[in-house]
Amino acid sequence: MSVLVRIPSPLRRVTGGKSTAEVDSTRLSACLDDLEKQFPGIKERLCDAKGQIQHFVNIYVNGEDVRFLQDLDTPLKSGDEVSIVPAIAGGQ
Amino acid sequence: MSFATGLRCRECGREYPIEPIYVCEFCFGSLEVSYDYAGIKRALSREKIASGPRSIWRYKELLPVGDDVVDINAGLTPLIKADNLGRALGLSQLYIKNDCVNPSYSFKDRVVAVAATKAREFNFKAVACASTGNLACSVAAHGARAGMKAYVFIPADLEMGKVLGAAIYGPTLVAVEGNYDEVNRLCSELAEKYPWAFVNINIRPFYAEGSKTLAYEVAEQLGWRAPDNAVVPVASGSLFNKIWKGLNEFHHLGLIGPVKTKMFVSQAAGCSPVTTAYQSGTTQIRPVKPRTIAKSLAIGNPADGYYALKTIRESGGSATMASDPEIVEGMKLLAETEGIFAETAGGVTIAGLKHLVQAGAIKRDELTVAYITGNGLKTLEAVQDSVVKPVLIKPNVNSFEEAMGLKVAATGDTRRNPGVKD
Repeated sequence: MSVLVRIPSPLRRVTGGKSTAEVDSTRLSACLDDLEKQFPGIKERLCDAKGQIQHFVNIYVNGEDVRFLQDLDTPLKSGDEVSIVPAIAGGQ
Repeated sequence: MSFATGLRCRECGREYPIEPIYVCEFCFGSLEVSYDYAGIKRALSREKIASGPRSIWRYKELLPVGDDVVDINAGLTPLIKADNLGRALGLSQLYIKNDCVNPSYSFKDRVVAVAATKAREFNFKAVACASTGNLACSVAAHGARAGMKAYVFIPADLEMGKVLGAAIYGPTLVAVEGNYDEVNRLCSELAEKYPWAFVNINIRPFYAEGSKTLAYEVAEQLGWRAPDNAVVPVASGSLFNKIWKGLNEFHHLGLIGPVKTKMFVSQAAGCSPVTTAYQSGTTQIRPVKPRTIAKSLAIGNPADGYYALKTIRESGGSATMASDPEIVEGMKLLAETEGIFAETAGGVTIAGLKHLVQAGAIKRDELTVAYITGNGLKTLEAVQDSVVKPVLIKPNVNSFEEAMGLKVAATGDTRRNPGVKD
């Protein structure tokens, strides 16, 4: 099984230019650990010292913000898509 | 010439040159424009500003742009002493900053003027945005003025006034089946793929600076001083933070005295992630699924919410929220007391202000500025069922008097105004 992770351009410096990655994880927290194994340094950019997702990082599973799911405990299954998107301004 | 010296990460402080980038490559934090304030201080004075263009460009030294600007005459909107509304709310020094009267009818012209200018400087051929409506109108208008293509993405359920208000300028208008946060996410992925200047994504650090002019103008219009209180409708939180930044820059440059302004957030109860976080005493913003008539504020995942909480703390302000019926009441109260027809976000400001006065957070004699950021003609749906209906008559005097209940009183006092309201 595998989960597709979409990497935004500001993070591709860490992934050697790769825009996607594949992981075999059943939970978002494990997915981030797997990413760290593939691309050392990526996790500290996404999570704070306590391991929580940074306030300026949004992570989506199949298009849904994980804060509406189960945060780092969000389950993953084969075929799921994880998107990492920087928080951006807008509105009104 | 521009006094902008570079971009700086708001999280780790790393510096970058002036480029169409918006996120720190090292820590993923967002970027903010840095300036040569010593140079600005030498170049700028009250007199210089006062004799400048009657638009946001009178503060050009404090904006990250060169000399050739995209100009539809944004800004320098009226600051009105609102005595009638003040009396209704129990305030003796209330001012309304009326940004309904910008060229595309919202404060967004301030940010887009800067973004479109920057997009052209960076040689983009197209401007684009994810929008809850007002931004759509402004991007389409500035694109037209600059002779650039415009790609505008909006949630499919937007008010007709905003759809038409953008469509008239001839952009490529895309209605997305989803809420603003979903449109925004789509656009952040499109911005990776297409070489367009997404004003609120890859041009964001520059774009956001335009909101500072709402602080500069108020300070100048008050006779070079900061207000005691500022009440601001909050969606992403960017405008709120930039007003605070603008006031502090003016002080830093010696243009005004110390800034003691308390900054107050007002949100719609159906989308209040910032106010909710403030009230629960956390700095952690929990996103929400918006459910409010204030669609211009319907951002459930506010990018600058964290920093807005910081601004509240730094300034000694607070945060409040207003229900949908209170928003409509706020719109009506502003219109009936001051003759200003604001959109739903204005209703959020006025209803929030009312709460803040009632709670004692804003005191009677304090100089308070309420920011009204968009025009009521864009959100007619919100008030169509709660305003007076026209009285239908035949084109003769009899019919009029009958309808007004004046018939029997033909010899009586006709100066009274009986029964005009339904």
